[in-house]
Amino acid sequence: MSSIPATIDTLDTGRRSRLDARHDRIFRGVLRFCALLVLAALLGAALSTLWGGREILFGQGLHFLTSTAWNPVEDDYGALAPVFGTLVTSLVAIVLAVPVSFGVAMFLTEIAPNWLRAPASTAVELLAAIPSIIYGMWGLFVFVPFMARIEPALTDTLGRIPLLGKLFQGPPLGLGLLTAGIVLAVMILPFITSVMREVFLTVPTRLKESAYALGSTRWEVLWDIVLPYTRSAVIGGIILGLGRALGETMAVTFVLGNSYNITSSLLMPGTSISSSIANEFNEAVGLHRSALVALGFLLFVVTFIVLLIARLMLRQLARREGR
Amino acid sequence: MPATSLYARRRITNALAMGLGTAATVLGLFFLVWILWLTLLRGIGALRGSLFTRITAYGPDGGLANAIAGSLMMDLIALAICTPICVMAGMWLAEYARLTRLGTVIRFLNDILLSAPSIVLGLFVYMIIVLPMSDLTDGAVSFSGLAGGVALALIGLPVIVRTTDEMLQLVPATLREAALSLGVPQWKLTVQLLLRAASSGIVTGVLLALARLAGETAPLLFTAFGNNFMTAHPLDKMASVPVAIYQYTNDPDPALHAIAWAGALLITLFVLALSLLTRLFLSRKKANHG
Repeated sequence: MSSIPATIDTLDTGRRSRLDARHDRIFRGVLRFCALLVLAALLGAALSTLWGGREILFGQGLHFLTSTAWNPVEDDYGALAPVFGTLVTSLVAIVLAVPVSFGVAMFLTEIAPNWLRAPASTAVELLAAIPSIIYGMWGLFVFVPFMARIEPALTDTLGRIPLLGKLFQGPPLGLGLLTAGIVLAVMILPFITSVMREVFLTVPTRLKESAYALGSTRWEVLWDIVLPYTRSAVIGGIILGLGRALGETMAVTFVLGNSYNITSSLLMPGTSISSSIANEFNEAVGLHRSALVALGFLLFVVTFIVLLIARLMLRQLARREGR
Repeated sequence: MPATSLYARRRITNALAMGLGTAATVLGLFFLVWILWLTLLRGIGALRGSLFTRITAYGPDGGLANAIAGSLMMDLIALAICTPICVMAGMWLAEYARLTRLGTVIRFLNDILLSAPSIVLGLFVYMIIVLPMSDLTDGAVSFSGLAGGVALALIGLPVIVRTTDEMLQLVPATLREAALSLGVPQWKLTVQLLLRAASSGIVTGVLLALARLAGETAPLLFTAFGNNFMTAHPLDKMASVPVAIYQYTNDPDPALHAIAWAGALLITLFVLALSLLTRLFLSRKKANHG
C-alpha cells in the first residue's frame, strides 16, 4: 500500500479537491436558484396581476375599490360587489364548517373506538383531495334544486326572527350566497378537520392522563386541556380553511348566480372575485379585462395575508413542541 | 346533595358533547358520501366506449378523447417542468438551508403557495406566457397546452418542494457524516446517496402533486383554454377533462351533463387512486423508519 508515490497522490488530491470545491459551489448555486423560484412564483403572481390591473388600480383606484357598479357597456367597474360576495360566502362557510369540523375531529380523536380511528381519518384526508369542480357540479345539479325546495321554509321560520330574519328573505331561487356558502363549507370541512385532528394528536398523553386521573370527563379533557394547549394551531387551521374558501373558484361559480348585487339577504344571487374572473375573463377586453386582473390582485393580497396569519399561528404550536 | 348534582351535570354535559360530536361526524360524512355516491352513480350511468374514442367536437354524441389526451399531456408537461426544479429546491432547503433564515422564509412562503388561489396562478401564467407569446407571434399562438402545463406546474411546485425537503430531513445524519468523512464532495453525497435514500419519498411527493393538479380547472381556463379537436402540439389550444366538465356543466343540454358526470367520475377515481397509493407508500416508509 505504501508503494504508491506520495507526490502523485498529493498532486492528484490537490487538483481533485479544487475541482470538487468548484463543483460544490456550482451545485449549491443551482439548488439555491431553484429554491428562489418559489419566492419568484409568489412575487411574480402578485406583480403580474398588479401590472395587468394597472389601468384600473392606478387610473381609478379609489373609485374601483368603493364602487358597486359593474357595467361592461359603459366601462364602469367597481370591486365592491365581488369582494362582498367573496367575504360573505367564505364567512358562511366558516361559520357552518368550524363547529362540524370540531365535532368530527373530536369524534376521530376522543370518541371513536380505536379500530375506527385510522380508517376514518384516512377517509377524511382522501375527501380533502376530491377536485373542487366535483363539489361545484353536485352543488348545481343536486343541491340547488334541494335548496330551492327548502328556502320557503327557511324564510317562514328563520326569516321571522327580528334582525337575523333579514338574511333569509327573497325568492327561493336555490342559487345564491347561502347555497354557495354551504357548498364551500362542505368542501373545506375535510381540510379543517384534518388539521384539527393532527393538532389534537400533538397533546402529550400524560397531560390528558393526568386530567383523567383527577376525574375529568372526556369533554372536560377536550375543552379544558386539549383546546387550550392547541388554541393557536386550531385557530390557524380555521384560518387556513378560510384562505381556501376565499380563493375557491369552481365550487362556487355554478351556484352563485353571477349577479352584481349587494344585498342583506343570503338567499339572493351574488358573485365573487374568483367566479367573476372565471365567467368573464375570456370574453373581456380592454378596461374590463384590466378590472378582472385587478380583482385577481386583490384576491391574491387578501388570501396571502390570511394564509400568513394562519401559518404563523400553526407554527406557534410546532415551536412549543420543539420542532 | 350538591355534589351529586354537580356530578350529574358534568355527566350530562359530557354525554351531550359526545352526542353532538358523533352527530357532527354523521352530518359531515352524509354530505361527503352524498357527493361521492352521486358522482359514482351518474358517472357510471354515463360511461360509454365512445367516451374514450370520440372527441368533444361531436357534442352530445361525442366523448372526451381529446380532453383526456390533453389532460394527460399537460399533466406530463407540468411534472416535467416541476419535478427537477422542485426536487433541487427541496434539496437546497434540506441540505444547505435547514436552519438558515432564508431557508425558513422560503419554507414558510412555500406553505403559503400551497393554498394560494389557483385562479390567480392562472392569471399569472396568462400574463407572463399567453400574452407575450401572442404579441411575439401576432396572435398566431396565444392560449397553449404549454401555458396550461406551466400553470399546473405552479400548482404542483409547493407539494414536491415540501415532500422532498421533509423526506431528505428524515435521512439519518450518520449517512452524511460517513460519506463526508470519506471525502465525498457534497454534491455527490446529495445526488448519489441522499437522493437515493429518499427516492421513494420523493416519488410519493410527485404522485401527490399529480393528484392535486389533475383535478385543477381554474388555472387552465385562460392558459390552455380548451379545444374541441385532438391535438398533440404543445403550442395549440388544448382541451382538458376539468375544463370540458366546466363547459358541459354550464351548457343547458342534459346529454352534455351526462358526459360531464362521466368525466367527473374519471377524475375522481384517478385522484382518489393516486391519493390512496401515496398513502400506502408513506405508511410503509414510516413503518420502515420505526
